Amino acid sequence: MPETPENAEASAQITRDEVAHLANLARIDLSDAELDHLAPQLSVILDSVRSISAVAGDDVPPTSHPMPLTNVFRDDVAVPGLNAEQALAMAPQSEQQRFMVPRILGDEQ
Amino acid sequence: MSALPSFDEVLASYDPAMGLEVHVELNTNSKMFCGCPTAFGAEPNTQVCPTCLGLPGAMPVVNAKGVEAAIRIGLALNCEIAEWCRFARKNYFYPDMPKNFQTSQYDEPIAFEGYLDVDVDGDTFRVEIERAHMEEDTGKATHVGGATGRIQGADYSLIDYNRAGIPLIEIVTKPILGAGERAPEVAKAYVAALRELIVALGVSDARMDQGSIRADVNLSLAPKAPAGSTAGEVVLGTRSETKNVNSLRSVERAVRYEMQRHASVLDAGGKVLQETRHWHEDTGVTTSGREKSDAEDYRYFPEPDLVPVAPSREWVEELRGTLPELPWVRRARLQAEWGFSDLEMRDTVGAGAFDLVEQTIAEGSAPQAARKWWLTELARRANETGVDVAELGVSPAQVAAVQRLVEGGTINDKLARQVFDGLLAGEGTPEEIVAARGLEIVSDDGALSAAVDKAIAENPDIADKIRDGKVAAAGALIGAVMKEMRGQADAGRVRELVLEKLA
Amino acid sequence: MSTQSAWLTKSAAELAAALAAGEVTSVELTQAHLDRIAAVDGNAEAGVHAFLHVDTEGALAEAAASDARRAAGEPLSELDGVPVAVKDVLTTTGLPTTCGSKILEGWVPPYDATVVRKLKAAGLPILGKTNMDEFAMGSSTEHSAYGPTRNPWALDRIPGGSGGGSAAAVAAYEAPLALGTDTGGSIRQPGAVTGTVGVKPTYGALSRYGLVAMANSLDQVGPVTRTVLDAALLHELVGGHDPLDSTSIDAPVPALAAAAREGALGDLSGLKVGVIQELAGEGYQPGVLARFNEAVELLVGAGAEVVEVSCPSFVHALATYYLVMPCEASSNLAKFDAMRYGLRVLPEGVDAPSAEEVMRASRDAGFGDEVKRRIILGTYALSSGYYDAYYGQAQKVRTLISRDFEAAFASVDVLVSPTAPTTAFKLGEKLDDPLAMYLNDLATIPANLAGVPGMSLPAGLADEDGLPVGFQILAPATEDARLYRVGGALEALLEKKWGGPLLAQNPTLASLESAATEGAAR
Repeated sequence: MPETPENAEASAQITRDEVAHLANLARIDLSDAELDHLAPQLSVILDSVRSISAVAGDDVPPTSHPMPLTNVFRDDVAVPGLNAEQALAMAPQSEQQRFMVPRILGDEQ
Repeated sequence: MSALPSFDEVLASYDPAMGLEVHVELNTNSKMFCGCPTAFGAEPNTQVCPTCLGLPGAMPVVNAKGVEAAIRIGLALNCEIAEWCRFARKNYFYPDMPKNFQTSQYDEPIAFEGYLDVDVDGDTFRVEIERAHMEEDTGKATHVGGATGRIQGADYSLIDYNRAGIPLIEIVTKPILGAGERAPEVAKAYVAALRELIVALGVSDARMDQGSIRADVNLSLAPKAPAGSTAGEVVLGTRSETKNVNSLRSVERAVRYEMQRHASVLDAGGKVLQETRHWHEDTGVTTSGREKSDAEDYRYFPEPDLVPVAPSREWVEELRGTLPELPWVRRARLQAEWGFSDLEMRDTVGAGAFDLVEQTIAEGSAPQAARKWWLTELARRANETGVDVAELGVSPAQVAAVQRLVEGGTINDKLARQVFDGLLAGEGTPEEIVAARGLEIVSDDGALSAAVDKAIAENPDIADKIRDGKVAAAGALIGAVMKEMRGQADAGRVRELVLEKLA
Repeated sequence: MSTQSAWLTKSAAELAAALAAGEVTSVELTQAHLDRIAAVDGNAEAGVHAFLHVDTEGALAEAAASDARRAAGEPLSELDGVPVAVKDVLTTTGLPTTCGSKILEGWVPPYDATVVRKLKAAGLPILGKTNMDEFAMGSSTEHSAYGPTRNPWALDRIPGGSGGGSAAAVAAYEAPLALGTDTGGSIRQPGAVTGTVGVKPTYGALSRYGLVAMANSLDQVGPVTRTVLDAALLHELVGGHDPLDSTSIDAPVPALAAAAREGALGDLSGLKVGVIQELAGEGYQPGVLARFNEAVELLVGAGAEVVEVSCPSFVHALATYYLVMPCEASSNLAKFDAMRYGLRVLPEGVDAPSAEEVMRASRDAGFGDEVKRRIILGTYALSSGYYDAYYGQAQKVRTLISRDFEAAFASVDVLVSPTAPTTAFKLGEKLDDPLAMYLNDLATIPANLAGVPGMSLPAGLADEDGLPVGFQILAPATEDARLYRVGGALEALLEKKWGGPLLAQNPTLASLESAATEGAAR
């Protein structure tokens, strides 16, 4: 997973610009008022959670899954799913049996 | 942009470094994380379910066959297979991706640290493999409006999620250094070898034209290392990533083009941008896509809905046992068995006739005869009709049968061509065609003798020359006899008769 | 309870017995509960407002089908014909599933959650979908986009969250049974503040397929009921392995109802109980601690050996939770992008907006404040450069918390604590103070982080405000039966002391109907 710059712990204060950048990453069009409101709230929350940064040493393995299961697989058997009508039933717009979305600006990944 | 420097000019000043990322779409019956079917070309949005549509509440379950294919690919690439690894979410927003994260693997790929030896004009070049990991494909967007059906300038897009969730294995090389002038060929040879390997493993349709194998080409240039400098001082330049290069020829062309483009930027004192570029098959150039910036932050983290994959060593060894003979190993073995020269072998492979020749030999044909038919007569006909020789409609068993007729003296090579005509016209088996068309060679002395006498009578000048000892002139009389017999004469016997009669 | 049927106050087990004895039909029971909902549930403005959607027609049809099966002598499930309410975070075909969010307003899923499918297969009529904090993010149900649920004990107070709707529905006799989900306490804390029983099973004991995820590694479906036995019956019914959920435990469902019945006999001799030091001191309301300590004394009286245990890492549980949960949530909620389903909002003043602009505008309009807070927080904690310090570190502390549980369970059979530090607070009191709100989950969160099962059951009323106090029991993973044994015993002992169920002491119960009616008239 991504590495940490050395100043990560020191920068628990989160600026309005950072919130705007994060909102952009998260695709939420926050208003100015929301940005003003959120930045200090997030700083308070981050202040309270940064206490854990020194709790566990390098010798402690991370837990991503609470139960120690491995190798849960399914056989490669095709089963019917939804038909196109069901798939498109809740679509805001559709055309030619496809989901209709506004023009896409960015590139494919 | 100003005119690009020539390829030689590029090489005079720079050393290329390449990285290839190849996505292989597996040919499983069902998708990677759900049971939806995977047939190519189905009606839009008919192979979807809550999971691959990313509906709220739906959950993924790993397709065992996808893991198996990943391990087999890894083993075939001489990789280590992870004892324990997880799936991870790659988070980014894009309308063709239903969950707005791709279920992939991040720092724990299932296979890593391997290599693939590829043949470049008779030399072996080792391409080191960094990793092979499992992930899922996205849906397919069709862009409507605008001039070209391209994404730029479109009014809106229509999305079909049938492809979303189809298993992909992404195979990533380490930086390929030191290829120099052969960089484009090495890139092409690597993708070609990888494709062959995938075909031999039977894990993918391996159709580049249908996108079941897609190559991304990373390229950078570094100033040419001074002569005598040691390895290990390699400083890589800024790289560009050319996406979805969809034919072997394009891989080669795209590397060549990018080398020239980078050199042109660097020569002008500019900086190469770290960006994604698009390859245009028609014009043979790449154009700028998205700049890779800090804003591109995929926020990977382990997928909590999928438990870790921990392939037992027993399973891995069992899968190792299922690996087919590697294509190039098999070729070397068969070349020795058949006694083909390197040139003959290369031509056979190059003509796409290797498997056909092998099967024809298996049907009892002599190796050189099998090669001869497929590479001359049948390759020509395939070329004329514009299809691959494998799709011509003549089977290895039929070719072997034709060759049996030749060796048995029933027909000769020239008559065999008419048999192939009959086969392509669907007139039955080679034996039936010989019978129906009356192609059997005449070696009965009575019939031949009459024809020889007639030819001598009609060509007195030539007959005199032969009588005078100019035996070489016999060819003209033999030709006349063959014409009279409509080719169905045993040419050797005709010659004997001519020489006897004019002795 | 003036005009209401006497069946309403019965437990699900009693209703099942009455159905089996032919004393009542499922249609009668279902109609009685639908009537009760109509009488007390009100709307966003007044009344309990436990339900977001009521399925009168569907529930009665299921009830009639159950009655028909019974009449025909067909095989029936143990709770066949007993109506149930379902938290609106579980997908239901034919019924909207909004998760309390505007962004999913009107969304009708094309598939049933596995637990819902099991309810239907077992013949339990589904009364409707219950209110919740938006995407289960909250401890008060005030973050529902459709207005808060009110606590049936005091309509100006919160019913807990996120599953306040399910708990309030059960507490107000609108449903005998409900399903909830618990990510950091969303079943247990509402149970505590409404005087009901709530269980968060072992992670993986119940399928999460069809549970709209907040934090996948923490979420768990569980029963919300008025008695321990009812919880066991519902838990057994919807529990078990599901091949559609990769994290589901592939083992038979333990005998939970039997454990509850055994516990109700009141003998706990040989049982070792650990009181978690870190979860019963500072920050806890005196009335909560008093009822908790009395309940512990009852356990001792029943023969249990009680010791104090220390789980030092639990003090970091809240911080760990508020990193793990937003990270997973920020990714889970990315799918709500207005492309395939859900709310699509076009940005104002933009000509021919792009997909990206429509996503941004829709997500801004469709998500509430708390959801946005957590998405931004999770996006931050996962972003490159911060991962190790936040998400990575939180996952390590998770390991420490699991180790604390392991060490404790090496010496005791169950652990106990108050479920929540306080009784129900006033609506609006903590709405704009996220940290104060988060503190409600202090005692419930460790179980989610470690995947172990937990139960909350009523321990009595706090002296200072007369509101319910919850008692939490925690057991090792897959030992859910211990919760039911101990819970069954404690419930029996407490009800003996109270002379009946705690809910019978609810002073507001009699006025729920008029409150809803007045609200409707307003």
